[in-house]
Amino acid sequence: MKVLVPVKRVVDYNVKVRVKSDGTGVDIANVKMSMNPFDEIAVEEAVRLKEKGLVTEVIAVSCGVTQCQETLRTAMAIGADRAILVETSEELQPLAVAKLLKALVDKEQPGLVILGKQAIDDDCNQTGQMLAALADLPQATFASKVELSADSVLVTREVDGGGETLKLSLPAVITTDLRLNEPRYVTLPNIMKAKKKQLDVLKPADLGVDVTPRIKTLKVSEPPKRGAGVKVPDVAALVNKLKNEAKVI
Amino acid sequence: MATLVIAEHDHGSLKGATLNTVTAAVQVGGDVHVLIAGSNAGGAATAASQIAGVAKVLQADAPHLGEQLGEDVAAQVLAIASNYSHIFFPATAHGKNVAPRVAAKLDVGQLSDITKVISADTFERPIYAGNAIATVQTADATKVATVRSTGFDAAATGGSAAVEAITAVAPNGKSSFVGREVTKSDRPELTAAKIIVSGGRAMGSSDKFNEVLTPLADKLGAALGASRAAVDAGYAPNDWQVGQTGKIVAPSLYIACGISGAIQHLAGMKDSKVIVAINKDPEAPIFSVADYGLEADLFVAVPELIKAL
Repeated sequence: MKVLVPVKRVVDYNVKVRVKSDGTGVDIANVKMSMNPFDEIAVEEAVRLKEKGLVTEVIAVSCGVTQCQETLRTAMAIGADRAILVETSEELQPLAVAKLLKALVDKEQPGLVILGKQAIDDDCNQTGQMLAALADLPQATFASKVELSADSVLVTREVDGGGETLKLSLPAVITTDLRLNEPRYVTLPNIMKAKKKQLDVLKPADLGVDVTPRIKTLKVSEPPKRGAGVKVPDVAALVNKLKNEAKVI
Repeated sequence: MATLVIAEHDHGSLKGATLNTVTAAVQVGGDVHVLIAGSNAGGAATAASQIAGVAKVLQADAPHLGEQLGEDVAAQVLAIASNYSHIFFPATAHGKNVAPRVAAKLDVGQLSDITKVISADTFERPIYAGNAIATVQTADATKVATVRSTGFDAAATGGSAAVEAITAVAPNGKSSFVGREVTKSDRPELTAAKIIVSGGRAMGSSDKFNEVLTPLADKLGAALGASRAAVDAGYAPNDWQVGQTGKIVAPSLYIACGISGAIQHLAGMKDSKVIVAINKDPEAPIFSVADYGLEADLFVAVPELIKAL
């Protein structure tokens, strides 16, 4: 069984982004870029399934600019077998990415697609569900446990108020939550090995997909600032402030 | 022009986020209808009919809708989607699961976590963990969005809409419900709580987390929350997580204990009315958003605080 793992190149989670002064977006020039953390969990899960002998091939996919090749090399250093880049410099929105992935699902026929639940740049939380809908596949979002068998998969999901377990027929789409696993550190020998693995580059047109954005960003602004308050010397002062100044207890 | 709100409910009653979503729908203008897809969900349908501003409640009732599978709920929405210019979901685990399926099938883009309605086609939504606010406009025929509940007040009651039964769609046949593990708690729900006591990595262990913070939460009648670091370390369950990748909360009082204040955590709580930070690191970023900062060892300060209350 093949597993397809889409990964996104995003601003590193440690970077505090700044809004551009002209309000056209955030400044990502010369900022550290990394693999979206939830996608890293997705790659790790796919590689673990392969190490358990349940999966034969892990294919990493990224859609975006040429530099996404670095993200794909990281995926292959974690353990993905090969990679596909759908290269474009156009802004890609979740619906467009889902359509590109749907075309690749048709081509590669994976038994499972594992994606991060959300990218930490646009915070959309859409692509996995959209892919599942377009490919007419069952979905389990926000996964905290995956148990794969030959023709189905049991997935425990993080939902409000606890967890729930679903059984999906294969092929299926899974999106990862935080507690699914802890991704391994990539080692230098594996980084070197990843450089020799196969990486194919396609264009959206090769897949017959129109990626024109549907949603227009008119303006990006700073959120309202919250001013720092005061430091209190001790617990008694804190209780006094909460009771008599803020009046919240 | 009419907006369909997909209710979040437990069949017998409505979940709070539905009310905030109705408020967003009312701001769009036009009629507001509420869909209750469930099993024996008459109680939820009645509650929806009493929300002020709701013109009609549509109820699809069938045993398989009891488990609220994303595939089935999405199909139910799609069955009536052509009647609506806008389809709004609460931005909860359930809403986020279903909304993109609906948008993709309609071949429209989706807007996630809208916090403001500017006009019928223009909205505000946070990006980069709330470090930037994007004003976005969609030209798609149907506007599908999830609504962040902290951005809108809860709609009041006082309405008397008609409840209309609609035909339930057939089960999807590809996914099925196996089981549920519900966290039992007498505490208020995190997103609805007036006071939240939240712990970070400095709690040190799951035992310490409970031992130190539970009595404080009990005393205040508060919900318990946690930072991503505390959840990652296994000190607290994932559904307590407050932040960009967890719950977005805005209580009257948020008490952050041993939380450094990573960007991703601040994104989930900085709209709280009053923020208290207890941390022994004077440089902790949490102090930059706290109304009252107490630079102290939480293992000393929290028990003292419990005594003083």
